[in-house]
Amino acid sequence: MRQHQGIISRRVAVAFLLPALLFILVFLVFPSLWIFYLSLTNRTLTGRTATHPEFVGLGNYLRLLRPPLFASGQFGRSLELTLQFVLGSALLGQAALGLLLAWVFYQRKGFLKDLVYTLAILAWIIPSVVVAFLWVAFLDRDFGSLNALLSNLGLKPIDWLLDAPMVSIILFNTWRGAAFSMMLFSSALSIVPPSYLETADVVGASTWSKFKDIIFPLIRGHLLTDLILISLWTFNLFTPFLLTGGGPAFRTEILAIYTYRHAFRDFRFGFGAAISVVVMLINLILSSIYLMALRRREARV
Amino acid sequence: MRSAWLVLSRVGFYVFSALMAAFFALPMLWLLTAPFNPRATLAVEPSWPPSLVNFQQVFGNTFAMRAFGNSVIQASGAMVGVTLIAMLASYALSRTHLPWKEGALYGLILFSSVVTGTAAMVPIFLLIFRLGLIDTHLGVIFVFMGGFLPSAIFILRDFMNSIPRSYEESALVNGASSLRMFWDIVLPITRPGMMVVAIYTFVNAWGTFLIPFILLRSPDKMPAATAIYSFYTEGGTPILTLTSTYALLYTLPVLLLYLFVNWRYGFRFFGGIKQ
Repeated sequence: MRQHQGIISRRVAVAFLLPALLFILVFLVFPSLWIFYLSLTNRTLTGRTATHPEFVGLGNYLRLLRPPLFASGQFGRSLELTLQFVLGSALLGQAALGLLLAWVFYQRKGFLKDLVYTLAILAWIIPSVVVAFLWVAFLDRDFGSLNALLSNLGLKPIDWLLDAPMVSIILFNTWRGAAFSMMLFSSALSIVPPSYLETADVVGASTWSKFKDIIFPLIRGHLLTDLILISLWTFNLFTPFLLTGGGPAFRTEILAIYTYRHAFRDFRFGFGAAISVVVMLINLILSSIYLMALRRREARV
Repeated sequence: MRSAWLVLSRVGFYVFSALMAAFFALPMLWLLTAPFNPRATLAVEPSWPPSLVNFQQVFGNTFAMRAFGNSVIQASGAMVGVTLIAMLASYALSRTHLPWKEGALYGLILFSSVVTGTAAMVPIFLLIFRLGLIDTHLGVIFVFMGGFLPSAIFILRDFMNSIPRSYEESALVNGASSLRMFWDIVLPITRPGMMVVAIYTFVNAWGTFLIPFILLRSPDKMPAATAIYSFYTEGGTPILTLTSTYALLYTLPVLLLYLFVNWRYGFRFFGGIKQ
């Protein structure tokens, strides 16, 4: 009789939900809508336009696209650098390294696995500010361990953050985040029945064909999840700022830093809002793909 | 032929493991040596015997210690707020049949992953500015709460769904009110889930740099995440002894909480919105 009624009444449920709803509406939903309006104004922090911003229509967006679009320090260039950063550190770096680690240590136990896993997870849980400091020290031209290592191998030291800034932040983010992909793929692999691989061994399948024909089809869903999540995070990552500040000469000015410069250094919030809208739309596309995949998977289980 | 191949793959495995261990360990070494070296540079140079002079300096630095206090205020504020509100909300979601709840939940997760980092900094700053909460602990805590609530609710919903309803049904028969039932029955049973969400929120808030960086101005409100950039000599060079020691102390709570969760509940990670 009470089958379709909950344990608590609808009124109580609404009361319990209300605080969460309030916070989420004010601090999440409202800002994401307000930003569209802000991006159509010339709002600044101080001066007349701070209190009485003027409506400038699509002016900020036109400014974003103003040529030379791909010149150093321009929006197009920044988008290009962000893509390099995401491709290099999220897809080639974190996902590939994470998959490699999970695959090499698949069904193994022992000290080496524990050691590598612990170190990778440690890199992932240390606060990002500290990681930034560690990498500034690690990459330092005169004192850094990386150059010390290179010169021990007879190679010439490199001023990493000045001469190879994009490589530096890609390495940094790969190191920082590989553990997430590693753990995700590890747990995905743990549901692959060992008998599948034993059978493949009996018929003499190569490692590559085992991976391609047995493992890959089984973890495809996890792969998609992983790629989208880490792309989304990397796309929005601000911490490279702590290594390079976007420089030298805008060479690592990814979108997060580009937005920061215009909104918080030059205090042009209208223009900053326009950049944020573009970023938000890209985020929206990435997350919608992820959620559709997630929903389909939950529906299947 | 086959045994040669086996030896080769074995050697390959050891070489790979060693390289990977080195790759992850090398950048961390500085955090283990510099804090114990009174003449620390950016190099990895252990001093023997290890010295605790740097720690004395940090503990004697009122600005540094106040920043730890601020981190505790902001991270605990977010932790208490998120945990309490998410517990209520996830319980309500798990125990009623609201027709739109699945869609709403996914919508929330969507929002929280879209309005993050780059996309969020401008509107969040202006909103907090409008509310007059710039340079206040409360402003930082509220923004943390808005950001962490959706994933906290998502995690807790799974815990709530796994609790049998029979306990509450018998309480209902005995005439307990909804709030009483929540307090006396639901809270004790869901404690593991609550702990996980509390720790997850605390650790994330403790480690976040961008939010306090854009919302706080005065040194006496700064948490450790931004204060760590303040140890410079009058000439403008960073004081690496202080910075490295401070970094180590700042990392410790995160490590301890991680170990605790790992030991107590086993490590799991949740569809994870990590900031």
